[in-house]
Amino acid sequence: MTATHSLHTEQLSLAYGDRTVVDHLDLTIPTGKITTIVGANACGKSTLLRAMSRLMAPSSGQVVLDGKDLHRLPTKEVARTLGLLPQSPIAPEGIAVADLVGRGRHPHQKVFARWSAEDEAAVLAALEATDTVALADRAVDELSGGQRQRVWIAMALAQQTDLLFLDEPTTFLDVSHQVEVLDLLTDLNRERGTTIVMVLHDLNLAARYADHLIAVAAGRLHAAGDPVNVLTEATVRDVFGLESQIMVDPTSGKPMMLPIGRHHARASDTAPVS
Amino acid sequence: MSVDVLAAGRARRALRRRGALTTLAVLVLGTFLVTLMVGQTFYPPLDVLRVIAGETVPGASFTVGELRLPRAMLAVLAGAAFALGGVTFQTMLRNPLASPDIIGITHGASAAAVFGITVLSVSGALISFVAVVAALATAMLIYVLSFKDGVVGTRLILIGIGIAAMLQSVVSYLLVRAATWDLPAAMRWITGSLNGATWSEVVTLLAAVIAFGVLLLSQSRRLDLLQLGDDTASALGVRVERTRVLVIIAAVGLIAFATAAAGPIAFVAFLSGPIAARLVGPTGSLLVPAALVGALLVLVADLAGQFALGARYPVGVVTGVLGAPYLVYLLIRTNRAGGSL
Repeated sequence: MTATHSLHTEQLSLAYGDRTVVDHLDLTIPTGKITTIVGANACGKSTLLRAMSRLMAPSSGQVVLDGKDLHRLPTKEVARTLGLLPQSPIAPEGIAVADLVGRGRHPHQKVFARWSAEDEAAVLAALEATDTVALADRAVDELSGGQRQRVWIAMALAQQTDLLFLDEPTTFLDVSHQVEVLDLLTDLNRERGTTIVMVLHDLNLAARYADHLIAVAAGRLHAAGDPVNVLTEATVRDVFGLESQIMVDPTSGKPMMLPIGRHHARASDTAPVS
Repeated sequence: MSVDVLAAGRARRALRRRGALTTLAVLVLGTFLVTLMVGQTFYPPLDVLRVIAGETVPGASFTVGELRLPRAMLAVLAGAAFALGGVTFQTMLRNPLASPDIIGITHGASAAAVFGITVLSVSGALISFVAVVAALATAMLIYVLSFKDGVVGTRLILIGIGIAAMLQSVVSYLLVRAATWDLPAAMRWITGSLNGATWSEVVTLLAAVIAFGVLLLSQSRRLDLLQLGDDTASALGVRVERTRVLVIIAAVGLIAFATAAAGPIAFVAFLSGPIAARLVGPTGSLLVPAALVGALLVLVADLAGQFALGARYPVGVVTGVLGAPYLVYLLIRTNRAGGSL
């Protein structure tokens, strides 16, 4: 798989009825990289992800995929290029893991075509990549949260897209499963060159795993680029309204944010490291 | 691990599905033949088969060919049509309560028909036409009332239940006001009955089942993808609103024509999908299995209503007795699980 697709937005505005959520936004998703989008609640980051994956039509401006207006491309063609895992996908009652992952093949199937060897191979590859082969015959509703999330990612992988969007893929997971999912996505990016775009809540994980960090505030692009340049005390103050201390993560060398808050500050050494 | 292991699991699930489908088909066919054989006069299977093949058999030709065969055909077609309409709504809205006979669509047909009979004094094909139009109008009304940034299952169900209750009170009012001689015709539109089935009704319903059934089956894979949620379905290349409109047209058409032919046979739409899901397991589309279950339910309930219970009851009374406990069970289970609808 080669990652040659390009995606950017041009003066993109998004609205629910009269309420504008994203306002004249220009941003470019770097090909073959991991991009994370951060921002306060209701800043428009999930809406932005929905529009970039064609779930929502812009009120003005456009999303451009490979030089063409995303919302004018055929639905199935888009689904072969761009996959999305929504925040809370729904598994039908009792469905087996292999069958759920198989649904990811829909954009590649003709109307009345039968299940092909190619489909089966794609499903197996997706299960292997997410380490869920042993679960293939189990019912999705019997699985733990972490297993279930890996199965959903497997479904998106069976779709075999060069771009993969995820809306808060780590919500509801404990910290070890959060890291497991993010490691898995990094593997995909490094081994296959899949362009990954995700919305994350946890700033530290976002900075750790991103090649490209986008901070959104009130529907506008606040800062974008290398996490070292984006995750600053000023950004955290402007985007989240929070005083914080930025330190260097000793493991990765990426920036790390410690919130200050109103309590628990020691009298002696609270001077922020600048 | 290899592709073979995956294929083996898939084959195992497919085997269960095929077994259940075959059993259901055999049961439908068997019950269909029994329906043709029994009655005031018993005809052996050979006579029945000869009548179906078009031969003239003294006595049997009329009783089987003109009375029992249209009735049995109507049972199969109405059962399948109700079941298809029901399972479509239940699948699309991901909720077993979202059946057209719970959310007011069949009630729309009944209320319009009873109004036509008791107030306008019309009858025959015109009543059926009015019922079809009313079912479609009710479905549209519910859809429009529950539309707000797309249609959410729970809102549609609650609005539908409200509309159903309103229409039911309209029917009660009309019946209280009605002239005595209109009551037998009106009753059919309340309980559902196969009495007096004619070939012309069978042919009309057959055409509707073929037309709307084909439309529905062509959307079957997309309908299954809608179960994953609108966003996921859309990301997998399904045009969600378009699919939803197509399957609603097909499902409402099926329900409307079945109601026009046999009245709102209680709970067939509501029960068939869940029963089919238990039988075939969670693999593949539920459309065909549910249609078979629906046909079987109506055939068996009609046999029981006619011969098993001493007095003769319309088929809708029997299915009502079967369906009501399941509705109660569903509501209790939902409550225990602490979920909303």
